[in-house]
This record gives sequence, structure tokens and C-alpha cells, in this order.
Amino acid sequence: MLTLVIFLPLAVALGLLVLPRLRDTAVIWVWIGACVVDLALVVAIWVGYDGGIGYETDVRWIPSVRAGYHVGVDGLSLPLLALTAVLFLACAVFSLRQTRRVRAFAALFLFLQTVCLGLFAALDLLLFFVFFDLSIVGMYFVIAGWGHGDNVRSALKFFLYTFLGSLVLLLGFIGLYLGAEPHTFDMADLTRTPPLNGSPGLAALVLLAVGVGLAIKTPTVPVHTWLPPAHTDAPAAGSAILAGVMLKMGTYGFVRIAMPMLPEPWRRYAWVVIVVGVVSVLYGALVALAQDNLKRLIAYTSVNHMGYIVLAVGAAGLAAGDVDARRLAVTGAVTQMVSHGLITGALFLLCGVLNDRGHSYDMDRYGGLARVAPVFAALTVVGAFASLGLPGLSGFIAEFQIFTGAIGSGTGAAASAAAVAILGILITAALFLRVLHRVLLGGPGELTGGVTDVRGSELAAIAPLLAASLVIGIAPRFLLDVIEPASAAVVSLVAR
Amino acid sequence: MSVLGWALPALPLSAGGLLLVAGRRADRAAPIAGLAVSAATLLLAAGAAVARPVVRFPLLAGLPSGMAVDGLSAVMVVMVAAVTLAVLVYAAGELSAREARARFFGLMLIFAGAMLVTVTATDLALLLMAWELMGAMSYALIGFWWRDPGRVRSAGVAFVTTRAGDMGLYLAAGCALAGTGTLSLGGQAGAADPWRDLIAAGVVAAALGKSAQLPFSFWLSRAMAGPSPVSALLHSATMVAAGAYLLLRVQPLLAATGWAATLVAWTGAVTALALGAVALAQRDLKQLLAASTCAQIGFMVLAAGVGSVAGGTAQLVAHAAAKSLLFLGAGAWLVALGTKDLGGLHGAARRYPLVGVAFGAGALTLAGLPPLSLWVTKDTVLSAAAGRSAGLYAVGLAAGVLSAAYAGRVLIAVWRPADAGTRDDTEQTGTRHIGLPQRLPLPVLAAAAAALGAVGLPAIAAGWERLLGAAGEPRAEPVELAVSGALAALTLTAVGVLARRPRPIAAAWTRPFAGWLLLERAADTLVTRPVLGLANVLARFDDRVVDGGVRAVAAAGNLAATLAGRRVEMRADRLVDAVGRAARWLGDLARRPQTGQVHTYYAQAAVLFAALVLLVVLGG
Repeated sequence: MLTLVIFLPLAVALGLLVLPRLRDTAVIWVWIGACVVDLALVVAIWVGYDGGIGYETDVRWIPSVRAGYHVGVDGLSLPLLALTAVLFLACAVFSLRQTRRVRAFAALFLFLQTVCLGLFAALDLLLFFVFFDLSIVGMYFVIAGWGHGDNVRSALKFFLYTFLGSLVLLLGFIGLYLGAEPHTFDMADLTRTPPLNGSPGLAALVLLAVGVGLAIKTPTVPVHTWLPPAHTDAPAAGSAILAGVMLKMGTYGFVRIAMPMLPEPWRRYAWVVIVVGVVSVLYGALVALAQDNLKRLIAYTSVNHMGYIVLAVGAAGLAAGDVDARRLAVTGAVTQMVSHGLITGALFLLCGVLNDRGHSYDMDRYGGLARVAPVFAALTVVGAFASLGLPGLSGFIAEFQIFTGAIGSGTGAAASAAAVAILGILITAALFLRVLHRVLLGGPGELTGGVTDVRGSELAAIAPLLAASLVIGIAPRFLLDVIEPASAAVVSLVAR
Repeated sequence: MSVLGWALPALPLSAGGLLLVAGRRADRAAPIAGLAVSAATLLLAAGAAVARPVVRFPLLAGLPSGMAVDGLSAVMVVMVAAVTLAVLVYAAGELSAREARARFFGLMLIFAGAMLVTVTATDLALLLMAWELMGAMSYALIGFWWRDPGRVRSAGVAFVTTRAGDMGLYLAAGCALAGTGTLSLGGQAGAADPWRDLIAAGVVAAALGKSAQLPFSFWLSRAMAGPSPVSALLHSATMVAAGAYLLLRVQPLLAATGWAATLVAWTGAVTALALGAVALAQRDLKQLLAASTCAQIGFMVLAAGVGSVAGGTAQLVAHAAAKSLLFLGAGAWLVALGTKDLGGLHGAARRYPLVGVAFGAGALTLAGLPPLSLWVTKDTVLSAAAGRSAGLYAVGLAAGVLSAAYAGRVLIAVWRPADAGTRDDTEQTGTRHIGLPQRLPLPVLAAAAAALGAVGLPAIAAGWERLLGAAGEPRAEPVELAVSGALAALTLTAVGVLARRPRPIAAAWTRPFAGWLLLERAADTLVTRPVLGLANVLARFDDRVVDGGVRAVAAAGNLAATLAGRRVEMRADRLVDAVGRAARWLGDLARRPQTGQVHTYYAQAAVLFAALVLLVVLGG
């Protein structure tokens, strides 16, 4: 079942490439159909999931290094699988009016969907790494092939930078493999008996490699500068996937790999993680505040939002802290991954609408859009308030748990770091209100006349993402019930 | 009874949400729908006040959330629902069909619903959710006329300022978890050190921000950019009242820390005094009322600080009635006469006598004139303050004199006959018409504002204190009541006498008061500008240094490749060439003996054989 979920999009992609002479609209409808089926399967998995590692498959792959095709779902991966399926469906619907090389575009996105689903389901480091790298390759082609502006250069920068990160990550994985006795790439085995337990120096080096590799993907300050150009020049659907799904690969790696497999060095260097998190929160928010380009601004708020996650997983590593509070922080971190995916996905698709009409992301050239595009304005307002953490929307549920968990753990370091990070929500509030003021409200700007309201397909793509954020914001239990056991497991694993 | 507990906030929240989603399609039906929902909410609130429902539900792991209606909450929910209904009745008359009425009524209902959750929440998580939702709704309502950039900016200032205070609640929630392991609102007084102090600090910051106390007061001046009904609701029963409510709710926590109670008491008293002076210096009716809101809320904050929950709550309810009445009256004149300038309004009350009488009753209540409500409630608070410190009492009494002064100014401005100063249409084109829905709520509110003073009667006071669980709190002594009543009457008379001499009081010393103590400019200079500057510096740093470093690495890589291409590659290539040439030369050499002629091969074989023999002989 899980394997079907993972490879169904790839199979459809191959079918699209092999089948000749499908009309463009037919291609997209096939794409949408595949996404709908895949989402339905993920929902079925969610409904059928009953704790622990579910839907496990373990097949021999490269037995000489004990690497297998080992996949399964638990409370950490299931929400992200669902997020992936939802966002890819939204992107498919959003692309209904796509006209440039539609077949290749659809096939590439279906390929990326398989890659992303595979990564979140992987329970083998080598498998994880393969998907990790393939995601970079796929996104490179999306940006280079369908982007705008200086897209080839941005794509190259994105590729080289994150590829470098993945190589460092591979080094770390090899370190884990060699440190395990017997040598293995299997995540379940590595989690059960953490490798390198007797050699703190080596373990720290491996954590450094894994941490840097994941930090580049996340991204955290100071290894974030590939993100703004990649987003600015990517097509809207590409940005939505890049920010919504692919950034989560980094943060997911922290809770899935770094914390459970390297608990001792994680605890020892938790303060480094916390500092990186707090700096990302404040730095990302402040730099976003100074942007004039809407897409760059949202890209920098991603740095800010990912910073909360990094802060939370760092605070969870302070063993002196209260266990329940640290669980709350990790639950908040996973919730934030889902929440940020939905909200930022929606915001980037909205940016795509804006660019489609006005061919610019420069906020000062717009203004008063609520007059000519009321639905667009309403969606953007909801997205902006969701992103600034307004209660009733998912961002608040995530960030409140992170702050409360980090402060509530009771350790001075985590509490003061989180208290400083709270300033981030004030800065994001200010910057999103500035966005609303400059783009939607007030008098008309130079490009306002050319902007028309969202079309049916665009609305059908964006509104469900925000609706999902609203549901999580009001009734989060269905999500938290899945995440909480997993975050409790992570916290107990890191405390070993 | 949990159905009632759910229905009370859910009804206005969901109805408001539906109106917002429906958008302009629902503009025609919005007033009727809004009033119906609001009336039903009032019924639910009355029911909840009697039945006292309790709702508990799981929200976060191990931290259940809930709503409950106790005595204080019962008073609050009825007050919120009643004032909302009164304001919406008025709004149904004021908002013309051209306005986005669905958006207006939807936002107002959510605003009121969020306040209902705020005053019934039993834990910090739910409280914070409703608290911030209310802030967002205030943003949307203040910026209701979003085409005007000035109003949008005002809305932004209001939201960001109150959210700056809200950060305190985030901090308090985390510290509550650390200190007590729960987020329960009631249990925080027993938190361990140092968490208890941090919780108190966070809650106080959030409450002072929301209630527009010093130093946050300036946002309330900005909040005037919204429609008058928004001001009427925001300044009375919701938003600013939420801060006072929260402080009254956590009064045991404040008392337990000691310092927090003292800080709160003094902040309230000083705000009452300073913003009273600000109110006195205003020339704009709505700005005057806004400053007076800060000042009157100051008495409630003072009450929380000195432990007079009964007095503070009575002050809150009475002020809500009086202030919503005054804002609705000011709004009615603004619509009809097109002005809110105190000079321009000369004679307004005589042109619209019903509004004038009701407004006058509200102004006299605000002045603290016996036997109207605020006279009693303020003195209940002040007598508790007197028990703590003579200084607090003196400051509070002085603030009371200022209230009488600015209320008197307003009263005289609108009731004096029209004269040379009277100006219509300074703000907008007036309609010269005040409709029935606009007039309807005013007498009701006036009656409430006047009659709520009954809580001062001993029999009723005892019941009131029991209701709020505040038995044994100090009541206003007859002497104090007499002193303050006399002071109010005296001040009103003095203002009346002064008003006969048309000499402007504008002097140099009033300028900071007219400009709201320059608080906004201070916030701008001390916070906003430095932060924006820092943001710009960091953005440049990010481009030039952080990303510049990455680019430099890439450039260095290119350079190394070029160097390798030119120098190393050339030499390596030459070496390979040389090897090749040598191999060819050797090949040529090897080819030479192979002539294809038999005699040469014989000769070579002979030589080779001779050499072999020689080798064997020598070796053997």
C-alpha cells in the first residue's frame, strides 16, 4: 500500500511520457487524477494507521552494505506524507492553465511527488539519501526549465549549494554506517542502538556533518542564501513545493535521524541548535521586513518559521528540562512543518497569481488590489494572518506549543532563548501588515489596473490549503493525536 | 449545560464567519442577520449567567482547555452581549447600503464572540487565542475603510502595539507550564519562584497593552480611525475592557507577587491622571472620549492592583454603558452634522434633543456626578486605594476631578447654543438626519449608565460582592462619597463658569497633552525606526556578506578551475605529449631492425646467439 502511494505518481509520469499525443488539458487532468488517487490512498493510510510503525515494507536492496528498501509510516512521517499529497494536488490544480511544455512539467512534478513521499516514508539512510538528492535534481529542472528572470543562474546556485549540503549529509550517513555494529544503513536498527556510543568525539563530528547537511536544506542562518533567489525565479508551483515540502526534508531529518541516532551529542550541543534557531527566527524576520520583493519576503519568512522548529528541537535536547514540556515543543515543531507547508504553499501560489497578472513582485508597484481583486485580497489576508501566527489558524497552534514547550521545560537556557524568539511573532506581524498595506489596501499603484481576480482553478488550488490551516487552527486534535506519540518517542530516544 | 457553554461563543463566531465568507452578496441581509444573532447571543448570555455552564475539551497534550461562567464571567458575558446588541442596532441605522455591511457585521460579531471566549476561558491557551483574535478583528474594523491609507496605518499601529503587549501572554503561558505544570488561569498564584513573577509580568504587560494604559495608550487614539460603532464597542465592552478584566481575574496572582499589584495600581492611577489631562486638552470629541477611556480604564486597573474586584468590575460595567452611549452619540452627530470638532458641535444637542439628553446623561455619569453610577464605582475603587496608600488615593481623586472637567467641557460644548464657532461638515458631508435605529439604543444605555450606581446601595452591594466572590472588600465610605461628589459638582460648575469667558485654554503646556504625551512619536523614535533601520542593515548584510561569502567561494572555485586549466593542465598535457613522443621514438627505433630481408635476420640471429653463448660461458 505505502509503496503504491510512493510510486503511483512516478508510474503515471512514465505513462504520460510514453503515451503519445495527449492534449495539454488531458495531461493535466491525468496529473490531477493521479494526485487525487494518491491523496485518497494517504487518507486511507491515515485512517488505518494505529500507532507504532505502520505499513512497513523491508526488501533487500544492496545487502553488501545492509541497505534495504525499508519504508513505513509513523506519527512524524504521516502528517508530512499527507501534506505532500495535498500540496502536490494543489499545484496540479493550480497548473490547469499552464501552457509551457505541459507534459514534461506534469511528469516532473509527478516524479518529484514520488521523491518527496519516498523520503518521508524511508526507513533506510541510503534510501533517504537517494530521495534527498533526487529532489534536488528534480527541483533544479523545475526552476531552470519553467522559471523566470535569472532562473538558470538561480537554479544552478540552488543545485550546487544544496547538493553540497547533501554530500556533507552523505558523509554523516557513512559515519553512522561505520559507527554501527554491525554496519547498517537501516534507520530502525540505528535508532534502536545508537551508533558511536563509546566515542563522543567521532559522534560529534558525525552530528556536525548530518547537522550541516540538514541545516542547508532547512535552511537556517547562515546557510540560507540559496533560498531567496531560488524562490524568486521559480514558477509558482515550484516555489510552493520547494517551500512547502522540500524545506521540511531538513527539519524532518532532525527529528527522524539526528535526534534519535545521535542522542548523546545532540544533548551536548543542543545549545548550539537553540542559538541557530533563535538567530534564524530574528534574522529571518528582520531581513524579511526590509524586502520590497514579495516573493523574497515570503522566502525570508520561511527562514523565520523554520527557525522556530530548530529552536524547538534544540530545546527538546536539554535533558534537564521537563519531559512533558519538551514533548510539547517537538509536537509543536512537527505541527509547524505541516502548518508552514500549507500557509507558505498558499502564499507562494498567490504570488504566482500576482506575477501572472502584473509580471512583477515589486510591492510598491501595486496597491489597492482589494478593489480590483477582492477574492485574491481575502485569500492573501487569511494567508498573511495565518503566517503571522493568528489564533484560529494553524501557525498559532504550532508556535504556541513551541514557545510554551521551550519555556515550560524550565531550563534557563531554553526559556530565555524562547522568550527572545517570541519577538519574532511581533516582527512578522509588522511585516505582514506592511505587505497588506502596500499591496492590497490604500490607493491604487502603477500595476493595479492590470490585475484581475483569481480564476476558478486558482481558487480551487489555494482555498483548500487555507481551509486546512483553519481546521488545524480550530480543531487540531486529529493532527496532534497522530503526532504526540511520535514526539514522545523522539523525546525519550534523545534522553537515552 | 455544556451545550449552552458552547453555543454562547459559537453562535456569534460562526455567524460572523459566514457573513464574511458570503461577502457583498450578504450586504442586504447582514443588518437583520447581525441583529438576530446578537439578540440570540444576549439571551444565551443571560441563560449562561444563570445556569453557569462549564465546558472542558482537550486542546494540547496534557493541557486541557475550557470555558466556564463564574460570577465575574457572568457579569462580563451579559455586559458584552448587551452592549454589542445596542451598538449593532445603532450600526444598522448608520451604515448606508453602499457600505460593505456583511463584512462590518461579520467582523463585529467575531469581535464580540472573541470577547465572550476571553471572559469565559479558564486557561491561558484559550484566553490567548481569543485575545489575539480580538486584536485581529480590531485591526480589520479600525481599517474598515481600507481605501484610505491613513486609516490602514492606524489599524496597523493598533494591532502591532497591542501584539507587543500580547507577547507577555506567550511568555506567561510558558512560565505557567514551567511553574505549575498547567495553564489554568486560577492556579498561577501558587506557582514556584521565579516563574510566578514572570507569569505576573507577562500578564500585566499584555493587559496594559490591551487596555491602552501607559505607555501603550497611543494606539487608542489611532483606533478612532474606524467607524463610530467600532469605537463604541471597542472602547466599552470589548478590547480595552479585556485588559481590565484579565487583571481583575488574576488579582490573586498580582497580590501574591506584591510588586505586580503595586505596579498595576500605580500604572492605573497615573494613567487615569495623565490621560485625563490628555482628554482635557483635546479639541476633537472622539479623541477626547478615547483619552477618557484610557483614564477610566485606569481606575479598573487601579482596582485590580489594590484588590477591589467588586469595585473594578462595577466600574467596568458602568463605564461600558456610559462610554458606548457617548461614542454612539458622537457618531450620530458625526453622521448627521459631519463634524466631531468640539467647537463645531456647539448647539448639536439642541438640534437633536433626544441624542443630546442621552449624551448629557452619559457625560454627567462620566463626570462622576452623584447619584450616577461612576460616582459610586470610582469611589469604591478609591476607598480600597486609600487603604493601601494615601498617594494612590490622592492621585485617583485628582484624576476624578479631571474626569469631571473634561466631561463638563463636552457637555457644555454640545449644549451651549449654536454660535459663531458652530461648523457643520468639517469631516464629511452630514446627512442632517438621525434615524430611529441610531436613536433607539441611546436612552437604554443612558438608563443603564445612570442606574448601575445602585451597586453602591448596601443591600445590593452585598449581593454584588457575593456574586463576584469578593465579600469583605472595602466599600465607599459616606465621607469619601460626599467629598468626591462635591468635587465633581464643583468642577462642573467651575468649567461652566470658565466656559462663559471665550478665552482658549491653549497654552504651551497643553501641547504635549493635546498630542497624547507624544507617546507615539516616542515609540516611533525608540522602537520602530531603529528596528526598521536594523532590518535594512541586516538585509544589506545578508546580500553582501552572507551571500557574498557564498559567491566568493563559487568565484574562488572558478578561479581555481581556470588556473588549473591554464597552468597545471598545460604542464600535465606537455608531459603526456613528451611521453608520447618518447614512445614514438622508441617505436621507430624498434622498427628499424625489421627490414623484411632474410640475411639481416640471419645476421641478427647470429649476433643474438653469440651474445647468448657469451652469457652462458661467463655465467657458468
